[in-house]
Amino acid sequence: MTVFFFTTTVVLYFLATACALAYLLRRSEVLSKVSLWITGAGFLTHTVALVGRLLAAGHVPLTSLHEAMSFFSWALVLVFLGVELRHHIHVLGSFILPLALISLLSAAALPREVPSLGPMFTAVGVHVTLSMLGTVGFAVAFVAGIMYLIQDGLLKSKRFNVLYAKLPPLDFLDGLNQKSIVLGFPFLTLGIITGAMSAEVVRGSYLSWNPEQTWALVTWVFYFIVLMGRMTVGWRAKKAAYLTIIGFAGVVLTFIGVVLKGHQVA
Amino acid sequence: MNIIAVGLSHNTAPVDIRERLAVPESRMGDALARLSAYPGIKESVLLSTCNRVEVYAVAEEADAGYASVQQFLADTHLALSAEQLIPHLYWYTDDRAIRHLFRVAASLDSMIVGEPQILGQVKDAFALALAHKASGVILNRLVQKSISVAKRVRTETKIAEMAVSVGYAAVELAKKIFSDLGEKTVFLVGAGEMAKLAARHFVNCGVRQVLITTRDPHSAIELAKRFNGVPIPFDQFRREMATADIVLCSTCAPHYLIRTEDVQRAVWERFNRPIFLIDISVPRNIEPAVRDIDNAFLFNIDDLEMRVEQNREERRREAGKAERLVEEEVDVMLDWLKSLEVTPTIVALRRRAEEIKRTEIEKVMGRFPQFSTQERDAVEGLASAIVNKLLHGPLVTLKSEAQSAHGLMFIEAARRLFHLDKDRAGKEPEKDPSEERRQAEPISEVEPASDPSARHPLKARPLE
Repeated sequence: MTVFFFTTTVVLYFLATACALAYLLRRSEVLSKVSLWITGAGFLTHTVALVGRLLAAGHVPLTSLHEAMSFFSWALVLVFLGVELRHHIHVLGSFILPLALISLLSAAALPREVPSLGPMFTAVGVHVTLSMLGTVGFAVAFVAGIMYLIQDGLLKSKRFNVLYAKLPPLDFLDGLNQKSIVLGFPFLTLGIITGAMSAEVVRGSYLSWNPEQTWALVTWVFYFIVLMGRMTVGWRAKKAAYLTIIGFAGVVLTFIGVVLKGHQVA
Repeated sequence: MNIIAVGLSHNTAPVDIRERLAVPESRMGDALARLSAYPGIKESVLLSTCNRVEVYAVAEEADAGYASVQQFLADTHLALSAEQLIPHLYWYTDDRAIRHLFRVAASLDSMIVGEPQILGQVKDAFALALAHKASGVILNRLVQKSISVAKRVRTETKIAEMAVSVGYAAVELAKKIFSDLGEKTVFLVGAGEMAKLAARHFVNCGVRQVLITTRDPHSAIELAKRFNGVPIPFDQFRREMATADIVLCSTCAPHYLIRTEDVQRAVWERFNRPIFLIDISVPRNIEPAVRDIDNAFLFNIDDLEMRVEQNREERRREAGKAERLVEEEVDVMLDWLKSLEVTPTIVALRRRAEEIKRTEIEKVMGRFPQFSTQERDAVEGLASAIVNKLLHGPLVTLKSEAQSAHGLMFIEAARRLFHLDKDRAGKEPEKDPSEERRQAEPISEVEPASDPSARHPLKARPLE
């Protein structure tokens, strides 16, 4: 049953993304509404799929990479729906939904069996949940950064095209960028702490300097510097947009590294 | 004799050419005097705005007039050769020149179609021409007509309602940078008309604060009162710039007032918060290289045009109506010009006298049916003698003066004194008395053009 809902979600997200991308090229607002409704439907089936898996596994369904990616996609869509309903920035979907679709597709491609982690699964589940929520924050910051750079470029080059008309004001995007990092960063911090704790239980040491742990720490330090830079020396606007794009690229590379190694989370 | 229009506008010339040709108000007198001194130029009006520099003139001969005006424009800026200038110029004669002026005044030729400033600028140009006695009977009538056409276009079409002014375009752009103008500060540098209008738009959008600086501290204080803002001494404005989110610059300064390093410092002091700079001045007052600075967004007057490009289609429909209206008015103007020829005036004057004579004789005959044929002939003879004697002077004078420098003035005077244009009254838009008065004033002062018989070759030289 969960497989059916999962597959339906993939199809719905695919349709929603297609509509959202077509919306970029059209003047009409209809496509964004269609996309939003499909996304809403997809979010419901996705929720059902996740809950179904939780019930089937009997624990937080966040111990495998498949689950992590699926949850990431779900949380990203949740944030999108929240921002969209509050600020009516329709064009946000055109940037966030492709990301949600990609992560869901990669989830679909990853092995779905529930790994047996013995007594550790709750701790690992919490670790993955927190890390993923942090990553969602960085993903939204990444999207805001891309939108910022596009709008900045359009304004600078005085190209007042359809996209220009649809993109929100620069300071809104910069604000979204900031809020996403401010909200994502504590989750990543807690995710790293819980990760270290579970590592201590499993391996006997908090930090074994394996590539994932190292990268996680590098990511944490990077975003810490980005946040501090914004607060102290004005790393906002364009600079912040570039930094968050680089940061998220680092996060994605870490994930790819984890996947390629076939490593289990934590 | 021909009415000619020669000039360049945003349609044909980029801002760096326009700003070099623009004539500041203070030098307008000299320019008009210089222009009148060119051979073959009888009357002239010089319209110099940010978007256009145009000469309207009455010339004895169109081609010679073109050459003179072209030379005048080339001489206006020494660094601009005729070769550089000519590709940007347009030339119109007679009906096309009239149509062009009507379209310009009615804001149909504006960068932002329907924007209201141009009418004021046409009025100012006219006032200057009057003050410097550069215009005459024909241009006075033409420019006044263009003003009334513009008013008609504004009331009878929706062109002004739908139009987006430069100020509005600026606000729209600001809204793509700042989500809430309510917490933003606008800095008005200089007291240019367009900047003031733009500032008014921003105030209407509820900006938090308006800072104002002008070279003359009194006008800054006066403007500050008007906008409920804060005057800033001119020598400190660069330092204060960091507090402003939106800088509106429009001064008459012939050089860059705000340089790259000023903006760089402001952005730095603002911790990279975006700053939006609008340069409505021609010549430009903000160094163009400012646009390369991160988080500084500089727009000049040309950029604002692009912002409204998308709405143009809608406005075009209303503009179509306005164009038809302009066509009507061009015909009225051509009729008037035709009437200035001496022969039709003499014919009309004779006809008018004949009419009066007829009606008066009939009245008398009606009252005295007992009159014999002899008596009737005597009355008719008396009437004819009076009419002929009375008309003799005016007719002789009209004929002889028609070829003189004051010919047009005599013809115009005759037509008015004898109400010869009564039959065309229906086609004329109503004139208000003040306009009538203004029109009357220059007649006694200016030197009108002559040689009305050589009018209307109705030829126009195509753009080369």
